[in-house]
Amino acid sequence: MTPETMQRKDLLGIAELSPAEIELILDTAESFREVGERAIKKVPTLRGRTVINLFFEASTRTRSSFEIAEKRLSADNVNFSTSGSALEKGESLIDTALNLQAMAPDLVVIRHGHPGVPHMLAKRIKAGVINAGDGAHEHPTQALLDAYTIRRHKGRLAGLKVAIIGDIEHSRVVRSNVHLLTKMGARVTVGGPRTLMPVAMAAMGVEVAYTLEDALRDADVIMMLRVQLERQGRMSFPSVREYFQLFGLTTARLAAAKEDVIIMHPGPMNRGVEIASEVADGPYSVILEQVAHGVSVRMAVLYLLSGSYGEAA
Amino acid sequence: MARLLIRGGRVIDPSQDLDGSFDVLIEDGCVAKIDGRIEPAKGAETFDASGLVVAPGLIDIHVHLREPGQEYKETVRTGTMAAAAGGFTAVACMANTEPVNDNRSITEHILLEARRHGYARVYPIGAVSKGLEGQELAEIGEMVRAGAKAVSDDGKPVMNAELMRRALLYAQHFGIPVIQHAEDLNLTGPGVMHEGEWSTRLGLPGIPGAAEDVMVARDLILTEDTRGRYHVAHLSTARSLEMVRRARAEGIAATCEAAPHHLILTDEEVARSGFSTNAKMKPPLRSERDRAALVNGLADGTIDCIASDHAPHHADEKDVQFNLAPFGILGLETTLSLCLDRLVRPGILSLRRLVELLSTGPARVLNLPGGTLKPGSPADVTVFHPDEEVTIRAAAFRSRSRNTPFDGWKLRGRPVATFLEGRRIEV
Amino acid sequence: MAKNLTPKTTILDAKQMARIIRRMAGEIVERNRDLPHLLLAGIRTRGVPLAEAIAAEIERMEGQKIPVGVLDITLYRDDLSTVGPQPLVKGTRLPRSIDDCVVVLCDDVLYTGRTVRAALDELVDFGRPKAVQLAVLIDRGHRELPIQADFVGKKVPTAQSEIIEVSFQSTDGAEQVRILERGASG
Repeated sequence: MTPETMQRKDLLGIAELSPAEIELILDTAESFREVGERAIKKVPTLRGRTVINLFFEASTRTRSSFEIAEKRLSADNVNFSTSGSALEKGESLIDTALNLQAMAPDLVVIRHGHPGVPHMLAKRIKAGVINAGDGAHEHPTQALLDAYTIRRHKGRLAGLKVAIIGDIEHSRVVRSNVHLLTKMGARVTVGGPRTLMPVAMAAMGVEVAYTLEDALRDADVIMMLRVQLERQGRMSFPSVREYFQLFGLTTARLAAAKEDVIIMHPGPMNRGVEIASEVADGPYSVILEQVAHGVSVRMAVLYLLSGSYGEAA
Repeated sequence: MARLLIRGGRVIDPSQDLDGSFDVLIEDGCVAKIDGRIEPAKGAETFDASGLVVAPGLIDIHVHLREPGQEYKETVRTGTMAAAAGGFTAVACMANTEPVNDNRSITEHILLEARRHGYARVYPIGAVSKGLEGQELAEIGEMVRAGAKAVSDDGKPVMNAELMRRALLYAQHFGIPVIQHAEDLNLTGPGVMHEGEWSTRLGLPGIPGAAEDVMVARDLILTEDTRGRYHVAHLSTARSLEMVRRARAEGIAATCEAAPHHLILTDEEVARSGFSTNAKMKPPLRSERDRAALVNGLADGTIDCIASDHAPHHADEKDVQFNLAPFGILGLETTLSLCLDRLVRPGILSLRRLVELLSTGPARVLNLPGGTLKPGSPADVTVFHPDEEVTIRAAAFRSRSRNTPFDGWKLRGRPVATFLEGRRIEV
Repeated sequence: MAKNLTPKTTILDAKQMARIIRRMAGEIVERNRDLPHLLLAGIRTRGVPLAEAIAAEIERMEGQKIPVGVLDITLYRDDLSTVGPQPLVKGTRLPRSIDDCVVVLCDDVLYTGRTVRAALDELVDFGRPKAVQLAVLIDRGHRELPIQADFVGKKVPTAQSEIIEVSFQSTDGAEQVRILERGASG
């Protein structure tokens, strides 16, 4: 049963959301998708509210998605990114938070390379904080837009078999998705090289596979993760070529999955590393749709977090 | 030279197999007599210890006093005040100061500060290697002559096996143990918490238990070959504990200590506290399985002593994101209450065993005078209430720093007084 | 039903409601000759069954199917920051473009006029209608904005402490209009 309201100041992760709250966000996103189909893609709902986008990590995709979502809700937004700002000049996170607080924003969207940073911020400022990605910890709006996309194609989440493949160790997308999909009754298998698989992954309620075929078997949904071998630095994988040989998704290897499988990717893609172009551009891919749904989902999150609920921040 | 009668307390002294209601007479700064009822001499000072436990002064053999060089975190004065407030009459302090205590002058400086401004005895632990760089042996003999009681590069491991071997050999000339912060830094890598279920959930890079275990395994072999004396600092894994147990059974001179936070908290604390940097230290809080094994090791005698690894850090340094915060938490002002509430009260340890772990044991590991109230010994005494409720308040700590995960904890049992050579230490 | 609301009177029963809706449909047809360019937009929640009922009557009378749209005005409300947590958004659906159409907004009760204002703002975001008219089942007075209905089922003067409860079969399992009083019963 969908609750009527969301009584939260912040969206820091999927781990703390109930299935009912997740349903609420996805259902609300539906209304905002409709707004995105109008000639005038704007509603006055957050008129006069200020949203600050605080991106300590470079990001074109997520940031522009949030920006568009904010503008479509008629909010005023301000962007802080790392280059050339105080963020780069070594200002401590605490000072940044206090300065932000002094500007009295209504919502802050933050992406940072270190886990726990949105949580630190949320404790110190009155504004609602939306986690746009904190290190390898969580990326809640990504998991929500992924779930929205799956639901539109499959009509449900419960009972689906979802395979997530790639650099599991360093991926926040995987963690958020595992939380969400398991909460909503899907079965998740994560697959990837042993050197990029966290030791205790099974404790998160997923099956672990070390070959592509095992991971993909009977999958309804395949999520490919971006592999950044240059980021590994810790001797995890010898070369891009070997990675593609073992784990690259090609049309031939798709055979193990279900006939009506859909292929997803949080972007940006490394064509020829984790996914072959033929698959990325092929009939099973819903990758571009994910991007479109990102705006609707983020509008829903911004809308739901901007109520007042009598709680002193 | 003090004269004091501590009366009506429960005297627990494992070194004399004592546990009962006794009076303790102190004369000229030494324990003169322990007896059922001692009549106070005319005009003599008395201390009423009814309802309290009287023990040989507690000794914390793993403390960072941060002086010289990092006085903004702690000094010999504030650190020993914290020790006394926590019920400790002596501490052994590590060498990772600025400059490093790898020579006689720094050792003497620390001792001088302790004599002038200290609230507890200070036993310096000198560095194993010059500058803690892990390349060349420091002047161990000079430091011992100046008063050092052991050597350790703590803060860092001695990574080089050959250097460890030489240290184990060389230290035997001076009758001191080599204390190792057991950690293979390559296995640690960028890790900031224990590698396990919780590091996976939180997306934080993990420090595998193996990082400690491979070092302990290596060092025990070297200790066997060199016939040296080896002590594992802040032992934190079940596997290392088992290796020490087996080594001792084979006659290898290995000892070890455990810190209260490893006996009470687990890696889940990082999540539960919302990424609090007061859950970040090295070695990290480990799994429940490790914690339970350590607690067993206390009871069965494998662990020789409890040592806090008191590591003060300034609030500004700790008030940053988890990845960037320095490792370490305070310990002097929480250890006794934590042990009484979480180890004695649930019946895991007897009071006698606790006194062993906090006094007799540490004295034995470092060959210190102390850990006993045998008539003739210096009257270093700790008096504590085994049961009285106390709420930990970091804001009231004597330490200069505040980095503790135990702020607000309600515990039963607390220190009441410390005496050095019969003189009450007022904090 | 919410606590502390006691029924006072039943203003309309099912038969009376049906008669009034029939009359309103007639008035709308009379005023709007160009039926192919007519659109009924029900304001959620109970403006929707009203719009559907009126459309059914028009089809019965003229043999012409009039498209019915659904307007969710939640995102256009002027009181969002004060109500509390954000209200549930159920979505807007307009079956065709409203450019050059006459849009008849339908709502069950006209009170302060703020709901209608929000609905007008929303309509304008969809296009440029030729005209917008307003049909309400009950006008209870107490306007806070200069808004009037073009088609009124029944004018009912009320006190601020009273609530008009409109029930439709599809939403509430009954067809009636009642006045309820706030405050405990005797």
